Amino acid sequence: MSAPSDKTIVVQDLRLAYGTREVIHGISFEVGRNEIFAIIGPAQSGKSSLLRCLNRTIDFVAGATMTGTILFEGENVRKTRDVFALRRKIGMVAPLPVGLPLTIYDNVAFAPRCAGMHDKHELDGLVERCLRQAALWDEVKDRLGSLGTALSGGQQQRLTIARALSHQPDVLCLDEFSIAIDPVTTMRIEDVLKELSREITIVLVTNLVQQARRLARRTMFMWKGEIVELGATEVVFSEAPADRRTYDYVHGIFG
Amino acid sequence: MTVAAIEPGKRFVRTRHVARKERQQSVAKWIFFSMTVAMIIPLVAIVAYLLWKAAPSLNWQFLVDVPKRGMREGGIWPAFTGTLYLVVISLAVSAPIGVLAAIYLNEYAKDNWLNRLINLAVINLAGVPSIVHALFGLGAFVYAAKLGYSILSASLTLAIMTLPVIIASTREALASVPMSFREACWNVGATRWQTIRSIVLPNSISGILTGVILQVSRAAGETAPIMFTGAVFFKAVEKGKLFSYGLDDQCMALSMHLYTVSTQVPNVKESIPFATAVVLLGTVLLVNVSAIGLRVWLRNRKKW
Ligand SMILES: Nc1ncnc2c1ncn2[C@@H]1O[C@H](COP(=O)(O)OP(=O)(O)OP(=O)(O)O)[C@@H](O)[C@H]1O
Ligand SMILES: [Mg+2]
Repeated sequence: MSAPSDKTIVVQDLRLAYGTREVIHGISFEVGRNEIFAIIGPAQSGKSSLLRCLNRTIDFVAGATMTGTILFEGENVRKTRDVFALRRKIGMVAPLPVGLPLTIYDNVAFAPRCAGMHDKHELDGLVERCLRQAALWDEVKDRLGSLGTALSGGQQQRLTIARALSHQPDVLCLDEFSIAIDPVTTMRIEDVLKELSREITIVLVTNLVQQARRLARRTMFMWKGEIVELGATEVVFSEAPADRRTYDYVHGIFG
Repeated sequence: MTVAAIEPGKRFVRTRHVARKERQQSVAKWIFFSMTVAMIIPLVAIVAYLLWKAAPSLNWQFLVDVPKRGMREGGIWPAFTGTLYLVVISLAVSAPIGVLAAIYLNEYAKDNWLNRLINLAVINLAGVPSIVHALFGLGAFVYAAKLGYSILSASLTLAIMTLPVIIASTREALASVPMSFREACWNVGATRWQTIRSIVLPNSISGILTGVILQVSRAAGETAPIMFTGAVFFKAVEKGKLFSYGLDDQCMALSMHLYTVSTQVPNVKESIPFATAVVLLGTVLLVNVSAIGLRVWLRNRKKW
């Protein structure tokens, strides 16, 4: 195997088709270790589909075919032997908060239990740590036994983040996580993400271009399944990005 | 006309328009209410009529005694236990198979032509008349499998009859669990089975049970399938003994017995067929009520 590189994810000529309709047309990019990597782009440009390829949940979509290579820590994602371990290495936060119909505690302990961790003491510590990391601990520490589905939308989103952290991923993918939560909570989570990026890699899909600007070191602009521009965030958001369309999109005059 | 054009004091006054809407509203409400009543009245009437007609024969002795003097006297114990046998055995066969098949079809199967064909077959089988199932049971179990006219043949025929409906209702219950729950589980590295066991089944179990329980009344009430495959007019068993039949025996059944005493035997006391009907109805109601209880209990544990 090649020596460990400073790239966590390497995507080469990735193509994805739903049935006969190709929605990602051969894209290549790399995500460095412990960076916050933002993906922006208008609706339908294939951002969510790309994330599904990364953790292979695309397998669950009937008729979806993926070609090309995705290397995660040097390992080919498409040929990985243990896809469940892979999904634990790549955490995923969906756009809409999903509290599982379990208690708050069980929501967070779900993934570790699936992975075979049953030691009560260990679980307690893990649940607390993840809830703290997701900035939710103080609000729920007295009612860990109540239902996750009974939390408010913003709390459920942080619960989702805590759940994504519970299996100790190396990469955390967030898909428009702020869609259902208020600006204050969004800011709190953004702080959390900055904190997390010291230890793990974060791939952030966002519709709020300013969010990418605030957080990301590098930003990728996708449009219709292709990469229009990928570069340092300062450049992408500058007055003179490499591509005219980037300027238009970032400044809200995309037509 | 803008809102500002209304004088301030009259903004919330009932206009003719509002009054008409309210009238329509109450008319609609009464129509729906009267339909509900119209539906309940025949039900209550049937039960009351049955009970009134059956009253002279309704007692414990009638339940546990065997029929005497060519069914003109005595009780219905062989028919009652026969029905219990048939219902319990047929559901013991069809419920597990049906539920597991539905889980496979809904949770594992890919959306390809084979599975679509299976789906179509299941839906159509659910609509096959029971007399056709009866004929199938006769050919398949009595003759081909050489089980003879027996409780086993009759139960298996009932099982075949209830199976597609159980599959369909179970799938319905599974499909009511939001897809997002499954995706959330897969995203954290849970296998399909872990997802099913910890999220899908706990949240659909009440619907699954309802579907299965509803088939109890169907299995208990059908006459044709068992008449062709194992039910007889009369079979002597020991009075009051619960396990009175063997699996390869023929048996009596309430639905069939009801038919016999109503139409085949002359000079039967009028109250006997009615009392038989009440026992049949009571058995089914008892099962349904306990099912409702179970459902309420499970529903209260449902988490979203
Ligand atoms: N399960 C699916 N089956 C078929 N087509 C799909 C499926 N999911 C997405 N698509 C199609 O793939 C294309 C890309 O969708 P995707 O959800 O990846 O876009 P997106 O960039 O995430 O958009 P948004 O910003 O609206 O979330 C769209 O044209 C969409 O219609
Ligand atoms: Mg999306």
